[in-house]
Amino acid sequence: MSLKISNLSKYYGRQKAVDQISFSVNDGEIVGFLGPNGAGKSTTMKIITGFLPPSEGSVEIMGESVTDYPMSVKRNIGYLPEHNPLYLDMYVHEFLSFMAGIYGLSLSRKKERVIEMITLCGLEDEQNKRIGMLSKGFRQRVGLAQALIHDPKVLILDEPTSGLDPNQLIEIRRLIKKVSMSKTVLFSSHILQEVEALCDRVVVINNGKIVADDRVENLLHGGDNFFIIEFADPVTTEELMGVTDVEQVRQMEKFRFHVKAKAGVDIRQALVKFTVEKNLSLIELKQEENSLETVFSQLTLVKKK
Amino acid sequence: MVQIFLKEFNGFLNSLIAYMVMGVFLIIMGLLMWVFKDTSVLNYGYADMSTLFSFGPYVLIFLVPAITMRSFAEEKKLGTLELLMTKPLAERDIVLGKFFAAFVLVIISLIPTLIYYFTLSHLGNPEGNIDTSGVMGSFIGMTLLGGIFCSIGILASSITPNQIVSFIIGAFFCYLFYTGMDSAAALFNDGENSLLVRQFGIVYHYESLSKGLIDSRDLIYFFSVAFVMLLSTKTVLSSRSW
Repeated sequence: MSLKISNLSKYYGRQKAVDQISFSVNDGEIVGFLGPNGAGKSTTMKIITGFLPPSEGSVEIMGESVTDYPMSVKRNIGYLPEHNPLYLDMYVHEFLSFMAGIYGLSLSRKKERVIEMITLCGLEDEQNKRIGMLSKGFRQRVGLAQALIHDPKVLILDEPTSGLDPNQLIEIRRLIKKVSMSKTVLFSSHILQEVEALCDRVVVINNGKIVADDRVENLLHGGDNFFIIEFADPVTTEELMGVTDVEQVRQMEKFRFHVKAKAGVDIRQALVKFTVEKNLSLIELKQEENSLETVFSQLTLVKKK
Repeated sequence: MVQIFLKEFNGFLNSLIAYMVMGVFLIIMGLLMWVFKDTSVLNYGYADMSTLFSFGPYVLIFLVPAITMRSFAEEKKLGTLELLMTKPLAERDIVLGKFFAAFVLVIISLIPTLIYYFTLSHLGNPEGNIDTSGVMGSFIGMTLLGGIFCSIGILASSITPNQIVSFIIGAFFCYLFYTGMDSAAALFNDGENSLLVRQFGIVYHYESLSKGLIDSRDLIYFFSVAFVMLLSTKTVLSSRSW
């Protein structure tokens, strides 16, 4: 197990930022850490990387506790903090070799790694520019290069794609995918498509508590089951309620209905049969895709009450 | 520590701060020593460097906090402190690296004033008639004073993310430790308490060194003040966890 969090809590004064969370990440797994702003994602990551101490509970990286062996844990982690802080007046090349130097790499190894990272992150043309001159997308690459420079086993990325334009977003995602082949990755985000595209597993946190920890597919299929049906002729909701397994019907437009069915049951066939029996003309029939957005808002909004 | 030292020192050299500090210090000292009539050695008539050693600390009160004000304040503001703290670096090494970068810059600015010694030594009558041991003692005193100022500046920088606040606090405490204690001592009527307070100030020990006698008590004073300041800085850095 690369990363193991047990009963972790963090208080800021009286406020509980993180409340008794436990989860673990296996070797080579990419886990998305989801939650609305202020849910405790960054705090958790700061504790994992040893920047903040936990109030209660423990974090283990490669079997070593963060609080007991901070130095060796920090060697195993590559961390991209939120907002990607960088020394803006340093040159890309200079910055990366400074970072490599901190890990005590030998001079030749250091040079080698800096060149590898520059190639990996596509910074060849930018390596002799000041970081302050770079666009946000390139800065993000520098941040990633910095996190990867010592070839860590565990990567912790705090909102690696926030504030990027759609093209940069795709590039950074591709980059994360590329580097994550041989590593354990925990990354936070509130962009859902990203989590869907990158992760094997999602941990959803809200108000400091874990509200879901599951594979993406399971989350998508576990939610409510909706169908949309539209007719050319008048139909009443009562008639539709008569179809087997229908739980709830809502009229959206004149002849357009939103039908809720029992979880896991596909009622499309039954609906078509119903149309034929009543001799109606069908215009549209589809199963509503249960997007991660709906799952997310269900998980994080309902629980707030 | 070496990594942080090199990074900070390169930062000084790349950002003009180093040249500004050295330039301003040397111009002010040069003008006071040789040009301005009130303080010029040439007008004074004695081969004596007291101008440098009495005005130098006042210039340093302003220059040293200017050097150190960004060291932690900027890292806090940019968030890069988080980057450093999550690297396998001891807090002690970060503090010491930053301190020595500033201290070395101060020492480098002081070195050119050694020329004044040789110049004055030649101007003496007969040639070489200058209090060499007093001058050397003063140089050591000024270097150590620069060290204390650096440690105060670093501490001031660690308590705020605002560079201007850091500068003002730094300059204030440098002043307080330099002559403030002396002035405070004058408030006491009895000699014993007055002497005790005076001994907390830098001037007392600085003057003692400038007599040319390198007393271990004075050295211990300088090292312990710098040590306490740097230890407090380290404590402030770890206080994020309280």
